[in-house]
Amino acid sequence: MFDSPMQRAARATPPEIARRIRGLSDRTVAWIFVSPTILLLLAVNIFPLIWTINLSFTNFRANRPNRAIEYVGFENYQRILTDGDIWLTMQATAHFLFWTILLQVLIGFTLAWLINRKFKGNDLWTTIIVLPMMLSPAVVGNFWTFLYQPQIGFFNYIVSFFTGVDPASFQMIGDVPLAPWAIVIVDTWMWTPFVMLICLAGLRSIPGYIYEAAEIDRASRWRQFWTITLPMVLPFLMLAVLFRGIENFKMFDLVVQLTGGGPGSTTELTSINLKREAFEKWRTGYASAYAVILFVTIFGLASIYVKALNKVKER
Amino acid sequence: MSNSITEPTPRQKWVAGILVVGYALVTILPLIWILTTGFKTPADAIAYPPKVIFEPSLEGYVNLFTTRTRQTQEFLAAHPPQTWYEEIVRKYDMVIVGPSRYGERFLNSVIIGFGSTFLSVFLGTLAAYAFSRFKVPLKDDLLFFILSTRMMPPIAVAIPIFLMFRSLGLSDTHLGMILLYTAVNISLAVWLLKGFIDEIPREYEEAALIDGYTRFQAFYKVVLPQAATGIASTAIFCLIFAWNEYAFAALLTSGTAQTAPPFIPTIIGVGGQDWPAVAAGATVFLVPVMVFTIILRKHLLRGITFGAVRK
Repeated sequence: MFDSPMQRAARATPPEIARRIRGLSDRTVAWIFVSPTILLLLAVNIFPLIWTINLSFTNFRANRPNRAIEYVGFENYQRILTDGDIWLTMQATAHFLFWTILLQVLIGFTLAWLINRKFKGNDLWTTIIVLPMMLSPAVVGNFWTFLYQPQIGFFNYIVSFFTGVDPASFQMIGDVPLAPWAIVIVDTWMWTPFVMLICLAGLRSIPGYIYEAAEIDRASRWRQFWTITLPMVLPFLMLAVLFRGIENFKMFDLVVQLTGGGPGSTTELTSINLKREAFEKWRTGYASAYAVILFVTIFGLASIYVKALNKVKER
Repeated sequence: MSNSITEPTPRQKWVAGILVVGYALVTILPLIWILTTGFKTPADAIAYPPKVIFEPSLEGYVNLFTTRTRQTQEFLAAHPPQTWYEEIVRKYDMVIVGPSRYGERFLNSVIIGFGSTFLSVFLGTLAAYAFSRFKVPLKDDLLFFILSTRMMPPIAVAIPIFLMFRSLGLSDTHLGMILLYTAVNISLAVWLLKGFIDEIPREYEEAALIDGYTRFQAFYKVVLPQAATGIASTAIFCLIFAWNEYAFAALLTSGTAQTAPPFIPTIIGVGGQDWPAVAAGATVFLVPVMVFTIILRKHLLRGITFGAVRK
């Protein structure tokens, strides 16, 4: 048989390549599919980020767009890092981060451990517990100010019912010593289910035969918990802490509606402080430097943490 | 799975069940309080001790959806109330003069929520498919970059976006908010959808390709139907995020494109916040999310961890 050169070439071409010639090449398809996403992110995330970095070296004020922009070098950064108020804000943020994460891990893990006893109807109750986490933090936060009202508030009523303290004698939001706890309580109420769900997935991933082997070795329940349950849930728990850490470092909506940063600036977390600088005092250049510092902090801490997390996973 | 050693004893189950149900009951109390306050009169809402049993009233809902003014007795006598809701406000010598802004704000939430959800799921599906199936150069870096955009505090990004929107004429517009929420949601969409598409066996498409389908056809006719559940649950997560978002909405919108979350806390009655109306507004706003949460419960974990944890 005499084939034409074309036919011979067609037969010699591996099917992989032949397929590519028929339609667009996979490479082209890949780029067509990925580029809109990347372009959008460049336009709405990266371009603004670069703009922020640029503004952070200026004395620009967004409420006076016609004023000439002066470059001031690292002055903004210097002022932020030496400003005592910013350190107070950082302390408030640290207090909030530490206690919300601690409480959510303790309560969330305990709940997951209990739900994993597989009692009847545990799915239904899990779904009910999860509800607060899915709701709008601003709307819910605003309603909590009603629950926290002295005298008429339901929260104060419950506290007074169980402790006998006069419900009008304390203001969760208005009293300086109580306000930091008011935001910790609401955040814990809202986000404990998040930690719980992740821990539950961790607990369910532990195969039963490990416990059987431990039983045969006559390891006590207590010992099983410390040597099997906890180490195996740890990567999950650490992931939950990572998510909560990032989210609460950025915390804005819930707290701004609850306390607005007050009383004074006792609950003024970094994002609220930043909002005041940027959109109330209109010190755009200064606020941009602040934003850059925050982003670098979050990014740096998260990267270190992820490295630690990966080490735990490898074990 | 169940065997004599690892299966908890009936007594353990009882104790665990009682503790968890106890926690669940305490944790939904604030939500029940929102639902019930919406049906109280303002007087009942601020009664002490707090009223658990009360005569239900639609006053909160009427106040939520209307604007009212006080009128003189002569005017009120000359104009008897025509409808049941006018009847309700007559108690306070008031008449309804028109609808409130709540309807518009709610509609804005719907438009912006659905618009941005559609866009982010559409773009996210394409990108996720490419990341799942092709050798994209710098794939891991790109995926990490997409995720890292989520680490920025919204207020930090809001400064340049505020300036950018102002110069492009996008401030306080639906389009601006849709684009912004799409950019925020797309990281979630890409990561979740990549996980879902990874789970679809490649053999399906390869068979289709051998049958003469092009890549596009294989994607459209084979992968998309297989990924339908994943796409649907991703869409609900994007919708819930856009629905709940507050920081950008509060800073970048004030009128035409303002969504419900920054609006609800501003509902004011006589002498401070009108709590039944606020609660009614919150109820109307939160109940759809509660329904979606119940529908989504099997995929919840995946959604909230960006696909990092799968059950």
